Amino acid sequence: MKTDVVIIGGGVIGTAIARELSRYSLNIILIEKEDDVAMGTSKGNSGIIHAGYNDDSKTLKGELNIKSNPKFDKLCADLKIPFKRIGSLVIGFFEEDFRKLKKLKENGEKNGIKNLEIIRGTKLFELEPNLNPQAKYALYAPSTGIISPYKFTIALADNAVINGVKVLLETEAKDIRIKEKQVCSVVTNRGLIETRVVINAAGLHADEVAEAAGDNFKINPLKGEYQLFDKQWGNLVNHILFPIPIKLSKGILVAPTVHGNLLIGPNSYRVKEKDDPATTNAGIKEVCEGARKLIPNLPHQDLVASFAGLRADIEGRNDFIIEASKKIRGFINVAGIESPGLSSVPAIAEMVSGILKEVVKEISPQLELKYKDDFIETLPEQPKFADYLDKTGKWQEIIEKDADYGEIICRCEKVSKGEILRAIHQPLPVRSLDAIKRRVRAGMGRCQGGFCSPKVLKILSEELKISPLKITKKGPGSEILKTKTKEMIKETGVKFKDEIRV
Amino acid sequence: MKLEYDLVIIGGGPAGLAVALEARRNTVKDILLLERDKYLGGILPQCIHNGFGVQYFKEELTGPEYAERFIAKLNDNQIDVKTETMVIKITPDKRIIAINRDDGLLHIQAKAVVLAMGCRERTREAITIPGNRPAGIFTAGTAQRYINIEGYIPGREVVVLGSGDIGMIMARRMTLEGARVKAVLEIMPFSTGLIRNKVQCLDDFNIPLKFNHTITRIEGRKRVERVTVAQVDKNLQAIPGTEEEISCDTILLSVGLIPENELTREVGIELDPVTRGAIVNENRETEIEGIFACGNVLHVHDLADFATEEGEIVGRAVGEYLKRSRKFRPQPIKIVTGDNIAYVVPQHIDFIVSGRKKIKIFMRVKKPAEKIRINLLDVKGRVLGSYKKRIVTPGEMVSVYLPEVLLEDRLINITVSTEEETKE
Amino acid sequence: MEEKEIVCIACPIGCRITIRAMDKNIISIQGNSCPKGIEYIKEEYFNPLRILTTTVKVIGGELPLVSVKTEKAIPKKLLLEAMAEIAKIEVNAPVKIGQVIKDDLMGTGVSLIATRNVKRVDFKLFSYKI
Repeated sequence: MKTDVVIIGGGVIGTAIARELSRYSLNIILIEKEDDVAMGTSKGNSGIIHAGYNDDSKTLKGELNIKSNPKFDKLCADLKIPFKRIGSLVIGFFEEDFRKLKKLKENGEKNGIKNLEIIRGTKLFELEPNLNPQAKYALYAPSTGIISPYKFTIALADNAVINGVKVLLETEAKDIRIKEKQVCSVVTNRGLIETRVVINAAGLHADEVAEAAGDNFKINPLKGEYQLFDKQWGNLVNHILFPIPIKLSKGILVAPTVHGNLLIGPNSYRVKEKDDPATTNAGIKEVCEGARKLIPNLPHQDLVASFAGLRADIEGRNDFIIEASKKIRGFINVAGIESPGLSSVPAIAEMVSGILKEVVKEISPQLELKYKDDFIETLPEQPKFADYLDKTGKWQEIIEKDADYGEIICRCEKVSKGEILRAIHQPLPVRSLDAIKRRVRAGMGRCQGGFCSPKVLKILSEELKISPLKITKKGPGSEILKTKTKEMIKETGVKFKDEIRV
Repeated sequence: MKLEYDLVIIGGGPAGLAVALEARRNTVKDILLLERDKYLGGILPQCIHNGFGVQYFKEELTGPEYAERFIAKLNDNQIDVKTETMVIKITPDKRIIAINRDDGLLHIQAKAVVLAMGCRERTREAITIPGNRPAGIFTAGTAQRYINIEGYIPGREVVVLGSGDIGMIMARRMTLEGARVKAVLEIMPFSTGLIRNKVQCLDDFNIPLKFNHTITRIEGRKRVERVTVAQVDKNLQAIPGTEEEISCDTILLSVGLIPENELTREVGIELDPVTRGAIVNENRETEIEGIFACGNVLHVHDLADFATEEGEIVGRAVGEYLKRSRKFRPQPIKIVTGDNIAYVVPQHIDFIVSGRKKIKIFMRVKKPAEKIRINLLDVKGRVLGSYKKRIVTPGEMVSVYLPEVLLEDRLINITVSTEEETKE
Repeated sequence: MEEKEIVCIACPIGCRITIRAMDKNIISIQGNSCPKGIEYIKEEYFNPLRILTTTVKVIGGELPLVSVKTEKAIPKKLLLEAMAEIAKIEVNAPVKIGQVIKDDLMGTGVSLIATRNVKRVDFKLFSYKI
């Protein structure tokens, strides 16, 4: 396989870069080691689009967050994903907090953020009736928003594919081959891809990829645990609530999600594993205690999910690494994209695009990077029954064109068969239960797939024409079913009979 | 599509089926039963084991056989049924919006509505077991669906959390189909299931049952690889140092059922915080006149037979409601929980009924107890009625009969409580 | 002489009953609170029987399996072998509730009967890519 650019990593950064670069007439391949995009940090974070008052505008974290924030309305409208600018409040309890809030406000105003306001007294409780009555002050930022980070990633990927990017899932970079200090190919578990440009957006593994090119930085995974409550608690808060930030993190927040759930978290601590973060008893306790400081009457029941995410913290460096390698030509690092990484996505992608232009000038001066004139900016509308509950007449029209939209599969989230089939046939291949879940929410509700997962499994099996035994939760090794009924007893027979007291 | 019915029943499980047939027997004319699955029977078709019908039919039947006794009668009774139909919304004036692939969106105006949606299973997330999120974690009911209806075995080496009946029955089922069940763990010091199930599901197959134990961690990247289990103290907290690992590829969770009252809440009906079902009068009628609830959606039943019985109470009540032949008491009598009583159903008595001799009150106790009395007390603490019970456990619904003669006009409050039998 | 403790399942009390027996002769039964316990323990000790409920593969039906049960209880020690035998059975749809699926299961004289109806369906076979 030969291509112009290989992007390593299918998280929100890799897919955003893929989409941005697909504006050019370039052959682009994005490789992702898991069976879907958004499988790393991109699905285990708070989903906050920050206003940009936290960081110094002289840093990339500051500059790119501030540049990106205003772009989300159009971007999300184009990609047809939900985005809500509900605003945020950083809550203070003591005198010294007031001073810290003032500092944040000043920094924000220096960064050009408008309408920041310190709120005190009764107005605070008018905005947030459930706030801890001991709260005294808050920094209000109207431009903070909430987004679904994995929906965002999937939409970016789908749009990138529509615009010609090849996405190879279950494809892992094993090595980068270099010749005379120039990238010449990527070795993957599925074969060799010849290329002269590699963009390292490998998230938690970006340091391992960079090492292959002789660049040395170290990524220390930071784990954050979260809890998600049922939708009936989504309006316990009206804004995103933050505590006073500390050095390591923005703290344990309480926020509604863009789907109407209530999210609390994250805590923040170093771990060794770079994959598959597990929640812990201590962590869950810490998150609940932290959230209770802001909202004392957090529900005890109606917990819908607990999950953890890992962030890529770069040792000894407190900023993003977005630069062409000084050692190897054609190698661009986009690493250490921890908070406010999600909030900085559009500007990061544009910055990488600019870097690529420079890199191309250097390695292939005869190649002119030109914008395509048939770049498709938007994704088609994807109506969801859950959004049509008060306009059922319009949904009736949809059912009349396709009866599958009248068959509800996921009762908790009100997802129709038509939506599931549509998700299976998106530009990016969709083959697992979790991939469906991230796209249409089937299995994300109160019963967590108890009722619908046998149905979704059957639909996947029929649609992809593969045996139900091969359907996975999240890629090879996570098959849901073991054997057909009657086959296992044939295998094990009366093997256990002697062990069993009969 | 617009429709009008005298009675719309939401849910075609044992409760809903009983309502339909009993309402018909009580001269209710146009009846529509809505069911979201392909087949009627609710959870019964996948409950292929024995133990149904002992109370109602005085016969021992399997779940599907029990369901069929009712389903077979529907056709003869001209009861309209729509399957694969989901109810989206109910309004206080009894308009129902439902959806299916053939009719599209249905707008149904009902004169009476019965909520019989059953319940869902509590999930791993809801009880917060920390760890990874691999494949291989199932609630017992979902595993049962796969094995008995879809035709697939979801695991080879199983640990079951929860010794309720469903957990124990699935331990046996998986063993019979060739899987290896390594242990059943129960966080309480007692099982909420029947002793018969302990003997015939666990002892018969040498499956260890560990009381005072729970799963404290799940490990596995793609598929479950092992669980960490530990003993718990009086406060159900894990005791450090008692952790053990059990390797397995499957976890079955049988950690409780939650009545599915999303629709109930949305129409504005108040739920009892303990049953998590609607607050009802002796006709199982909610605070909205003409909207009734019965079966597991009202309170989790231990026997399908009682769900049927409750459905029949509602079937009759709907008849009376539509005939406008009910007499309200000047004031309702509230039934309140006392010592060791977790909940009572119904929560209040609303009607004067000539010829009624007694009202059956259902309840569950909080802790098991032997040789007790269940007392009905008035506001002043005077004993109105007292019933001896040899043994009560939280796993079995207990009932007592409240005699009509006790229901004086002045009575506005009855407390149900338990008392240890004093040695005579 | 053998001494065995058996939990009685006749009622929720669950008396732990101890039986002492020599071959086929009962020496003593202790621990029961009522006569039902004695009856149960005698049966359970000498000849424990169980009703087996399971499923059988269906060909050409709206469902892949039909739920079944043994009409009467069969010896407990035969359960797992019976399951292995039942695994080999395939029955053609339509199946009627009460229909005999297998006569004389494992030589016990007891029939295996269907506990539900399964309608016949003409479905297209999916060819699976392996």
